[in-house]
Amino acid sequence: MKILIVDDFSTMRRIIKNLLRDLGFTNTDEADDGTTALPMLENGHYDFLVTDWNMPGMSGIDLLRKVRASEKLKTMPVLMVTAEAKRDQIIEAAQAGVNGYVVKPFTAQVLKEKIEKIFERVNG
Amino acid sequence: MDSSQTSLGEFESTLKKHAQELVESLERGRFGEAVQLIHQLNQTRDRGLYQEVGKLTRELHSAIVSFQIDPHMPQAEEVSQITDATERLSYVVKLTEGAANRTMDLVEESTPVLNDLAGEAKALSVDWQRFMRREVAAPEFRDLVKRVDSFLTHSAEGNRKVSGHLNDILLAQDYQDLTGQVIKRVTALVTEVESNLLKLVLMASQVDRFAGIEHDHQQLRAEKDQEKHPTRGEGPQIHADKREDVVSGQDDVDDLLSSLGF
Repeated sequence: MKILIVDDFSTMRRIIKNLLRDLGFTNTDEADDGTTALPMLENGHYDFLVTDWNMPGMSGIDLLRKVRASEKLKTMPVLMVTAEAKRDQIIEAAQAGVNGYVVKPFTAQVLKEKIEKIFERVNG
Repeated sequence: MDSSQTSLGEFESTLKKHAQELVESLERGRFGEAVQLIHQLNQTRDRGLYQEVGKLTRELHSAIVSFQIDPHMPQAEEVSQITDATERLSYVVKLTEGAANRTMDLVEESTPVLNDLAGEAKALSVDWQRFMRREVAAPEFRDLVKRVDSFLTHSAEGNRKVSGHLNDILLAQDYQDLTGQVIKRVTALVTEVESNLLKLVLMASQVDRFAGIEHDHQQLRAEKDQEKHPTRGEGPQIHADKREDVVSGQDDVDDLLSSLGF
């Protein structure tokens, strides 16, 4: 299971990376916005994408749309972990095809639940 | 502010008075007199307008002075309070980032120590149970005693190490005091800048009244709204609990998503 973590703040990437390691996912890579993440996703073999929304360069919602529009990546599960908390934004992300939405600040338990739920659905 | 109210009042009463005289002159066919009146009206209006523009300029100048920007200095930007505030906020970002990384370093160093001790204790416990059931022979028992001895040493070492890390984690939170002070200062500056800008806007509105300029505020607001790109995001919501359009937590998000069929 190879996971790409996209967030413009290195501390947040590190927190998510540590929580994922705790859950048994040790194969993770990091990118600081959509513009750097997209070529990594296209050229690497990632199984799962965790992305922030608000980032310089390409935002997380635009990255999600690019992923869904790509023949190679369109089925990849995407979890959004973001401080964006407007109802319209959550609906927008859902319509763009997000698989899970976690608002910051979050707990390890919430992240675990959402990731497990996504894999349950993907494998089931 | 009072003087501009009077000059505006003067202008308006002159306008009313002259307008009546103007109508009378025109009705009586005295066109020379009418032109003279229009000229006088223009002069009064211009005088007021110049006065207000003058005040606005002075106010602008004092605002620039209070921001400590000397436009003639090449390093004007460097000495401005706004630049200073920007630097202060960058310092906050740097300090909080440093504290977060320091804390995570210490946690990452502590976890393997605890995991190793837990593993050692678990293995010892299995053999200890066998010893209690008298299943351990003398040679193996000597080995077990050595392992217990070494575990006690490891345990004391690990305890010291993790306690030290916990203490350092505590100390790493000292950024809160420093960043709190910086943010308070910047907040005070922002409030001051806002009140200065508000004064300028009031001054400018006096000029607008003399010049007869009207702004379409609704249109201005609509243009401003259009500038906001929804895909850029807005960042954390501060008064999430008081707003209808914002979720108040993860439970709210889950409810919303399940109502959408997730």
